[in-house]
Amino acid sequence: MDGVRLIARFLGPYRRDFLLAVLCVAAETSLELFIPILMAQVVDQGIMAADLHVVLANGALMLLCAAAALALGLAYARFSARAAMGLGANLRAAEYAHLQTFSFANIDDFEGSSLVTRLTTDVTVVQNALVTGTRPLVRGPSALVAGIVYAFVMSPELAVVFCVVVPLLAVAMFSVVARVAPRYRVLQRAMDQLNDALQEDLAAIRVIKAYVREGHVAERFAAVNEHLADTATRTFRTAVLNVPILQGAMYATSVAILLFGGQMILAGTLTVGAFTGFMSYVLQIVNSLMMISNVFLMLARAVTSVERVSEVLAEEPTLVSPPGALTDVPDGSVVFDHVCFKYAQDAEKDVLSDVCLDISAGSTVGVLGGTGSGKTTLVQLVARLYDVTAGAVRVGGHDVRAYDLAALRDAVAVVLQKNVLFSGTVRENLAWGDADATDEQMLEACRLARADEFLERIGGLDGVLGQGGAGVSGGQRQRLCIARALLKHPRVLILDDSTSAVDMATDAAIRENLARLAGVTKIVIAQRVASVMDADKIVVLDDGRVHACGTHEELLATDPIYQEIYESQVGSGISGEVS
Amino acid sequence: MPARGNAAPSRPHDLLATLRELLSYMSHARWLMLAVAVLVTLAGLANLLGTYMIKPVVNAVGEGDQAAFARGVAVAAVIYVVGVASAAGYTQLMVRAAQRVVFDVRRDLFAHIERLPLSFFDRARHGDVMSYFTNDVDTVSEALNNSFANLVQAAVQIVGTLVLLLVLDWRLTLVTIACDAAIALYVRFSGGRSSRFFSRQQAELAGLDGYVEEMIAGQKVVKVFNHEDANVARFSELNERLRAAGTTAQSYAATMVPVTVCVGYVNYAIVCVLGALLAVRGLTDVGSLASYLVFVRQAAAPLNQFTQQGNFLLTALAGAERIFSVMRLAPEVDEGEVRLVHADDVEAARAAAGAAGWAWEICGEHVPLQGDVQFYHVDFGYEEGQTVLADLSLYAKPGQKIAFVGSTGAGKTTITNLINRFYEVRSGVITYDGIDVRDIEKASLRRSLGIVLQDTHLFAGTIADNIRFGKLDATDEQVRAAARLACADGFISRLPRGYDTPVVADGANLSQGQRQLLAIARAAVADPPVLILDEATSSIDTRTEALIQRGMDALMAGRTVFVIAHRLSTVRNADAIMVLEHGRIVERGTHEELLAARGEYWQLWTGAKELD
Repeated sequence: MDGVRLIARFLGPYRRDFLLAVLCVAAETSLELFIPILMAQVVDQGIMAADLHVVLANGALMLLCAAAALALGLAYARFSARAAMGLGANLRAAEYAHLQTFSFANIDDFEGSSLVTRLTTDVTVVQNALVTGTRPLVRGPSALVAGIVYAFVMSPELAVVFCVVVPLLAVAMFSVVARVAPRYRVLQRAMDQLNDALQEDLAAIRVIKAYVREGHVAERFAAVNEHLADTATRTFRTAVLNVPILQGAMYATSVAILLFGGQMILAGTLTVGAFTGFMSYVLQIVNSLMMISNVFLMLARAVTSVERVSEVLAEEPTLVSPPGALTDVPDGSVVFDHVCFKYAQDAEKDVLSDVCLDISAGSTVGVLGGTGSGKTTLVQLVARLYDVTAGAVRVGGHDVRAYDLAALRDAVAVVLQKNVLFSGTVRENLAWGDADATDEQMLEACRLARADEFLERIGGLDGVLGQGGAGVSGGQRQRLCIARALLKHPRVLILDDSTSAVDMATDAAIRENLARLAGVTKIVIAQRVASVMDADKIVVLDDGRVHACGTHEELLATDPIYQEIYESQVGSGISGEVS
Repeated sequence: MPARGNAAPSRPHDLLATLRELLSYMSHARWLMLAVAVLVTLAGLANLLGTYMIKPVVNAVGEGDQAAFARGVAVAAVIYVVGVASAAGYTQLMVRAAQRVVFDVRRDLFAHIERLPLSFFDRARHGDVMSYFTNDVDTVSEALNNSFANLVQAAVQIVGTLVLLLVLDWRLTLVTIACDAAIALYVRFSGGRSSRFFSRQQAELAGLDGYVEEMIAGQKVVKVFNHEDANVARFSELNERLRAAGTTAQSYAATMVPVTVCVGYVNYAIVCVLGALLAVRGLTDVGSLASYLVFVRQAAAPLNQFTQQGNFLLTALAGAERIFSVMRLAPEVDEGEVRLVHADDVEAARAAAGAAGWAWEICGEHVPLQGDVQFYHVDFGYEEGQTVLADLSLYAKPGQKIAFVGSTGAGKTTITNLINRFYEVRSGVITYDGIDVRDIEKASLRRSLGIVLQDTHLFAGTIADNIRFGKLDATDEQVRAAARLACADGFISRLPRGYDTPVVADGANLSQGQRQLLAIARAAVADPPVLILDEATSSIDTRTEALIQRGMDALMAGRTVFVIAHRLSTVRNADAIMVLEHGRIVERGTHEELLAARGEYWQLWTGAKELD
């Protein structure tokens, strides 16, 4: 039912088209049902009374009905297509727009691939259900009602047969649908399992071949394949019960009408024409029930998609700008005030616990620590990509939760660890940082990020990048991402391991260029000690806590973790200090 | 994904060949299919004959013949009972037959794909391969589920109806045939236009899907750059174009039904009037007319059914054709006759294998494996005309560590891909203990080469399952020993369920470093004499990296090793370092020798050049 409400809501301006489509089908159906009545008159008054005038007049009426049905049918085609496609477009637009309000936490909730399917395949399924489902959904019930009414008009006594058969049939078909509908979900799950197994094996094909495990994975695939075949067999075996049930009902009705109708004609209480007309209602009424049950089966499959779409729409954005938000970030100072954080409320352990840091505007801070020590989490709190669980993060003297989100994120530029460029030209990609930037400004940003040295080779600002930045190497991509962030002219610049694929010399040059940016606070996460050695302050994180904080010299003298990292890198030549 | 039922069918190129192949699959369920065909025919005939019985019944009533009337009704009842029983039978049997066939198709397709050479996976996108199993197998399955029986039934009914109509009244039948022909003509005419509209809709849909996919993959970047509104604007543009194209295509497709319905009415009206005129003149009886009119109304149904199911069937055959064309691709070649066996597996090899644990099996004789690998003038390219490796020669003596360094695309990974015959050399020879690798049975060759790849790829299952992937019959103790050797035992024991901790979705619940350690353990449990290590490029913190290094070092001890290095720190103690550039070895020597030479390697070492 929620699904119906959802569809009604998102039909929006196309609601009119939908209603007109429904009206067209209803009118067309009643015209069709009118024809047996005309036919009965032809037989009774035309043939029996040999009145050619009645025959021709009714024949002309029938042709008129045909013409009207064509017009209504064509109108329906147009209206239903407009409504269905409009619904699809509205659903996609609403989903996509809503998706833009998602915070990082919301995005984490749906893994990427599932969001894509919810926006594409699922919407298409709903849209197609409307295209193919509207006609039978309207036609079924209206043909049923009209057929029974007309049958009663023709012969109330004979129509009693329908009163017995239709409820029985309805119960039988309903019980089939009720049994099958939930099975479709089980079937869908079995299909998902097969797809998952397949995807896993495709991704790992090199490992499988390297270990000669083709036979082993084939066995695992056989298991999911068999499960799917079994589930499908069980589901469809119930679904196809509809066919014999329906035919049985139709045939039983036909025989009953032949039997009772014949006797009524013999007794003189029924005309041959009415009897013949009656026979065509049998087909009509039974078919309409078939249609209704088919529509329900089809809708049962579409319902899953509607649910998946509405889950996206129902997801509450976890981060919103407060009312009366601050729109100006006065300076680039950053303060962590007893910050605790965990990704999920029910998570056992904090990712960050009781972090206190004071970073003055314009200074450079390096962050070091092992995998899982909370470095990335720490910096993401600055741009309010997640909200703290306890404590507060202050930028420019105000709690980040007091700012307008867009204003805060314009002032705090984050170069994410998992960064991406998009398909398009280099200029289009850089324009993400500043849509109004001139070519000179873009080139200047590239120079600062040392992206200028390869820019010409890839075609300059007009050079075309493939999806995910295909066409440039890992190190080049990282430099373009830094240039893009610089174009925002941020007050705080956060580099999350953003030069890991850049060689030593370039890394140093970039650091040197960034150091000259006055008034910009720089927070740099790095694996290499060399990348943060010159920072005003170095923070060593361990297991979500600030283990130590100080300059390179201080930490080298006092902190064992820092000493260990330094030794391991300098000892193996990673620091690039050899000759 | 084309929507079933309203998309223009993509037609198979070689219909007969595909049909033959599909039929050979259907013959797996030969008796079921035969029973279905018989029962469908019975059900169709019952439907026709039942309707035909209206004529004698009405005529008997007209003549007031009680006995004939009772007989007519009884005969109709018997016919109908047979009809319902047949329908119940064929629908159940068809479901079984269809699922049997589809199961076999999926199984064979999967088995075949697993055997294809890696070059296939380089070219085909995952989505395309998945689509063989989802879209293509599904259309075949749907066609078998519904179309096959419906098509047979519709054919029986169309032919039967025409015959009975001719029997009832040949003049009226001409009208019906003319109307059917009109419908057929319209279907032909509109099919072409409809498919053009649909291909435009599919193109717009593909464009929108592509945009959504790319942007959702980068959604976090979108947030960081406040780019939400700009994205919505671009999306709306694409969305609107899809809506417009879709509306046109669907409107056009939906005209099919009203046109058919209208022609049906016209047919009915003409038959009604013409029949009445004939009846008035005494040229036909009322019973025939009554029967005839019911037939005419019924006749439209199988005809619609036939065109619709015919289209489904063509779509399914197009899908089947794609499936069979994959199945026709040649699998990896393997005509090697020399086998390599592990002492644990073959009793006779135990004595011969000695400490290495592996032995050659040549003509029933067992010779211990040394682990000597040589390349003689090897040329290679992934595609025709492309050269990735040119005239490459090198040797690795048993127990030596050979490192490859060089920029992306220099051919480092390619070299290792050739040793285990993921790809075949274009010219030149690679030998393993002096034996051409092409003469070695592929499975045993690969089993003897341990590989730790950049992409670790874990499978759904427990941690222990994933380590055991290297040696399926490894005991718990062997699994633990391998983990200890790889320095993975530490973190595994700290997990809440230890070795039984489930690994989800390619190890998403483990860190990159932990996945790497598991991959090392997986290689260790296989105990291979030769190792290929492709270092991870992604950043791992130095402490974990040190752990991984310790694991790698332990694993390398006593084995011939090829290392594809992304960090120079790991190559320092190699017996030989090969610096590759554009598929050629430009420098070779030990760390000290190369530094002294002040060439490429020296530039990389001092950070003057990017290493990736």
